[in-house]
Amino acid sequence: MKKLLFAILFAPVVALAAGAKLHLDTAPDKANDMAALQNGAKVFVNYCLNCHSASYMRYNRLKDIGLNDDQVRDNLMFTADKVGEPMRIAMQRNDAKVWFGAAPPDLTVIARARASEHGSGADWLYTYLRSFYRDESRPTGWNNVIFENVGMPHVLWDLQGDQVMGEDHKLKLVKPGKMKPQEYDAMVGDLVAYLKYMGEPVSEFRKHLGVVVLIFLAVFFVFAYALKREFWKDIH
Amino acid sequence: MSKVNALLQGTLDWVDARFPLTANWKAHLSEYYAPKNFNFWYFFGSLAILVLVLQIVTGIFLTMHFKPDASLNASGVPVAFASVEYIMRDVSWGWLIRYMHSTGASAFFIVVYLHMFRGLIYGSYRKPRELIWLFGIGIFLCLMGEAFFGYLLPWGQMSFWGAQVIVNLFSAIPVIGPDLSIWLRGDYVVGDATLNRFFAFHVIAMPLVLVGLVAAHIIALHEVGSNNPDGVEIKKKKDANGVPLDGIPFHPYYTVKDIVGVIVFLMVFSVIVFFMPEGGGYFLEYNNFDPADPLKTPPHIAPVWYFTPYYSLLRAVTYPLLGIDAKFWGVVAMGAGVVVFAFLPWLDRSPVKSIRYRGPLTKTLLTIWIIGFFILGFLGTKDPAYKFFGSIPGAPVAQLLSVYYFLFFLTMPIWSSLDRCQPEPDRVTMK
Amino acid sequence: MSCDDNVDCGRRRLLVATAAAGGVAGVAAAVPFVASMLPSERAKAAGAPVEVDISKLAPGQMMTVEWRGKPVWIINRTKEMLDGLTKIADQVADPKSDKKMQPDYAKNDTRSIKPEIFVAVGICTHLGCSPTDKFKTGADSGIDPNWPGGFICPCHGSTFDLAGRVYKSKPAPDNLEVPPHMYLGETKLLIGEDKKA
Repeated sequence: MKKLLFAILFAPVVALAAGAKLHLDTAPDKANDMAALQNGAKVFVNYCLNCHSASYMRYNRLKDIGLNDDQVRDNLMFTADKVGEPMRIAMQRNDAKVWFGAAPPDLTVIARARASEHGSGADWLYTYLRSFYRDESRPTGWNNVIFENVGMPHVLWDLQGDQVMGEDHKLKLVKPGKMKPQEYDAMVGDLVAYLKYMGEPVSEFRKHLGVVVLIFLAVFFVFAYALKREFWKDIH
Repeated sequence: MSKVNALLQGTLDWVDARFPLTANWKAHLSEYYAPKNFNFWYFFGSLAILVLVLQIVTGIFLTMHFKPDASLNASGVPVAFASVEYIMRDVSWGWLIRYMHSTGASAFFIVVYLHMFRGLIYGSYRKPRELIWLFGIGIFLCLMGEAFFGYLLPWGQMSFWGAQVIVNLFSAIPVIGPDLSIWLRGDYVVGDATLNRFFAFHVIAMPLVLVGLVAAHIIALHEVGSNNPDGVEIKKKKDANGVPLDGIPFHPYYTVKDIVGVIVFLMVFSVIVFFMPEGGGYFLEYNNFDPADPLKTPPHIAPVWYFTPYYSLLRAVTYPLLGIDAKFWGVVAMGAGVVVFAFLPWLDRSPVKSIRYRGPLTKTLLTIWIIGFFILGFLGTKDPAYKFFGSIPGAPVAQLLSVYYFLFFLTMPIWSSLDRCQPEPDRVTMK
Repeated sequence: MSCDDNVDCGRRRLLVATAAAGGVAGVAAAVPFVASMLPSERAKAAGAPVEVDISKLAPGQMMTVEWRGKPVWIINRTKEMLDGLTKIADQVADPKSDKKMQPDYAKNDTRSIKPEIFVAVGICTHLGCSPTDKFKTGADSGIDPNWPGGFICPCHGSTFDLAGRVYKSKPAPDNLEVPPHMYLGETKLLIGEDKKA
């Protein structure tokens, strides 16, 4: 009986091990690095929030990453009047369709949507934002290694500089930007950490609460199991 | 103290004269005699009730905030999708209630599949429990409907395209099919009308039927009594008072035991809810964090894991038959794959019920069937062009296993009576 | 609880422990569900404090702004109106505003920070209708030849004076609520908040 169970349980695991993989770089884990998250928020608001909304994310929620209402109001709020408002944008969707071919998606949960069997959503975004290269055949002049024929131009190009696709299918930096490659990667890491946080602001609290719940259930289990033993000692 | 007791007794007498409270308590709990040899597999019935209650309670609270509306809000996001994120962020504790509900959906199927597996190995569907089994199949079908309708509600890409594909299955039915699927959707594509009616089905129609069937399932069970891992009838050996010798009162023995099971279940459940609510993309599919877009199908769509074995059966049929195209027969195969369980009580001709006393033939065929079921389920989550280890093509494997899936049932009357069984014991055994 | 000979002590202790743990679990599980029915972040954002410019509010005039979906009245009272308040003190139920229907800074004869500017939630304390302003005095008001000016609730006829104090023997139990408010400038009011964090 037990053998049968094992056979059943392991069959899919073995099968899972197969399959071609898209190579993604691993995004640095900055979930508890407040300075990085705050920098990420700043980059997001300055570079992304012009075309992309984050319409489920309220400005005052940024208290999670250590920013109070006044800091948010003074440094990050360009599109709203009150800190309780969500991160909307002024651009009309119909205009956006004309300019970009498709309306830029809302980015609130993008880090969750981009997860796949190839890696987490953060990994995908971290790779994506570092994989733009010059391609004159595209209307925007830009293409991307992991998002072929992407509609978005390389918004961070003045920071990263120009990359081109070499003969060996590897990217080469031909014109440096304002940042050194390491600085650029760190900045993208911050941005991705912020996007990941924004995808599920409650995730850190959720894990802390989970530990408490499990400890409580473990205690409850001890009592309940002892009670069961107590009643069942008469049954043979 | 005695005055309080007298008052309580008086109140109870007053109620009992008007409603059979004590009688029901005795019939279903304190004097319902269950076999004393229940093992691990017997936790899943009460756990299924727990999950049902959990789904109903969390569902009620989600309904307070969810909006079944496919129109776009000011930011260009469908209102239904945005209202789910509203629950996840703006409603106090909304995230927990939503994760409990989404995890509960998968938990429901896990528990019910294990409960069915228990029935399968211990012959719980055999006489005199055929009706319990049929009610159970009804519950299973209902649950599939409930899950299907509920999956559309978050209005993500998987919600949308999943519903699109399943509703289109009905268009395979000759003559009336195309009109039928338009009628089901209330539109030419899955749209606002579909979302609204699925919401109605999900929150009221299916739950009502489900609760009714569960009641019938339990009433039938308590009429004939529970089976047990030995598959012998405890009612055949009774003491002078008419109490089965191998029976123990459900309360307190199985209530205290089930509490332990419930806590263990809640621990596993909490691990998923608090640490991996997406269930690796199986419980909450990643693509479903993209709002529904009727103009763009995601590159790879698959049903939620609990439907995938039947989805594999659907895809396995690729030949037209009797002048009707393969699509129709695929739908038939999928439907038959579920409904075939209902015939088990009459397909099984073995002299014994439990796997413990069955012969090697049954054990082997059943093991292969279970493994096949898992592989079909696995393949159902994959692209049709999937290859095991990059070399063995999945599609023919699925076809082979689909044939076996049905042959197992169709030939059951033969192999179940041929098998070399061991004699059943007189009384239950404590292992 | 003591154990006597008839009861199995170990079993009882375990029953109590398990029941207690179960009780804790039940209460803890109820918290999120109860809390989920409180105002959401969206409702809170919509209920955020409101800034009002009162530079154009002439004496004797009233304006209404929305705060948390409720009408909030701002009245610029004239000298006569304020004088009238003291005269009718014996006709109102709570002339000294002893019941806590206003922040402490508005617990005075005029129920306001600045004597002439009165701020109140325009919801009758009886059953939640919004009273109508009747600033005309005497018989012109159509209420009473001695009417000194104030508010009357269309639902059940409660009357209030120009400081929102309810008249005696009326259905409404309390004076109109004065919301938390503060001055951001000479003519700029913030309604819904009275201290800057």
